[in-house]
Amino acid sequence: MNKTVIKALIPLLLFLTLVYLLYQGLGKDTRLLPSALINKPAPEFALPSLMNGKIIDNNALKGKMYLLNVWASWCPNCRVEHPMVTEFARQNIIPVYGLNYKDENATAKAWLNQFGNPYTDILVDDKGLVGIDFGVYGAPETFLVDGNGIIRHKIVGELNPQNIQNELLPLIEKYKNTVKN
Amino acid sequence: MTRVQNKTMKKIIITLILIANTVFAIDIHEFKTEQQRLDYQQLTEELRCLVCQNQNIADSDAGLAKDLRNEVAKMVQQDMSQSEITDYLVERYGDFVRYNPPMRADTIVLWAMPLLVLLIAGFIVIRTIKKNTTSTHTNESDS
Repeated sequence: MNKTVIKALIPLLLFLTLVYLLYQGLGKDTRLLPSALINKPAPEFALPSLMNGKIIDNNALKGKMYLLNVWASWCPNCRVEHPMVTEFARQNIIPVYGLNYKDENATAKAWLNQFGNPYTDILVDDKGLVGIDFGVYGAPETFLVDGNGIIRHKIVGELNPQNIQNELLPLIEKYKNTVKN
Repeated sequence: MTRVQNKTMKKIIITLILIANTVFAIDIHEFKTEQQRLDYQQLTEELRCLVCQNQNIADSDAGLAKDLRNEVAKMVQQDMSQSEITDYLVERYGDFVRYNPPMRADTIVLWAMPLLVLLIAGFIVIRTIKKNTTSTHTNESDS
């Protein structure tokens, strides 16, 4: 190849690089952010239960793998995912805890009365401060915490058959034996 | 309009502007020192709102942005440094929360690219100029 041909190819190469880079961004949901807490210990919390006001903290939940589902009665997508949460909890694979995020106790209870309560227990985070510790930026969000209190996965947005099947179940299988007690 | 009326109008307008300013400052935080106030201002302008991603938390009306502003104010009042506060939020929300990305092995391309492009462009410009001047010289000597 002579020099002129190589020179002529440079703009084409630059163009193709640009196309490649732009293509990478196509179809990507920019609202989905990776969690900074994956494979890190769940932040410490001590919150009252929506049911009886008793304080639930990390230690109370240690030793067993659980799902922490961030929801609120003001959140329309929480209603959408509610049947999935209910179905998942019904299968009794791991307990599902709710984190009632920036909600009013009365409306939260009314919501549960209307749609049913799938949760083993519900933590009340009315100020959203534990939400900040967990890096929550919307509802619904769901965290998988293993028996050692390590966050193993986070789902932003609704639970659905796909992410339960492809993301949650394999990880539950993988980490179910990490529980020491 | 007479001069006097004009003056009163001005006064009214200025008052309205001042009132508007206080109305828009929704959350009021008390800081002990001017430095704390500046820290708070700088931080909230450099932290990205995660809900409306193209706004910083100072500008955003989202509920989460307000919570984060409160958290930042609280930490500033506790005399935490700017980098401590940024680290606190990066721990929770990842680097995405920063508008000012850190220089690290995986972000080096981001930082080096502008310099690289500048160098290449400069190289091309200088070469072209040199070429042109030499060709003019040759032309002159030819004639």
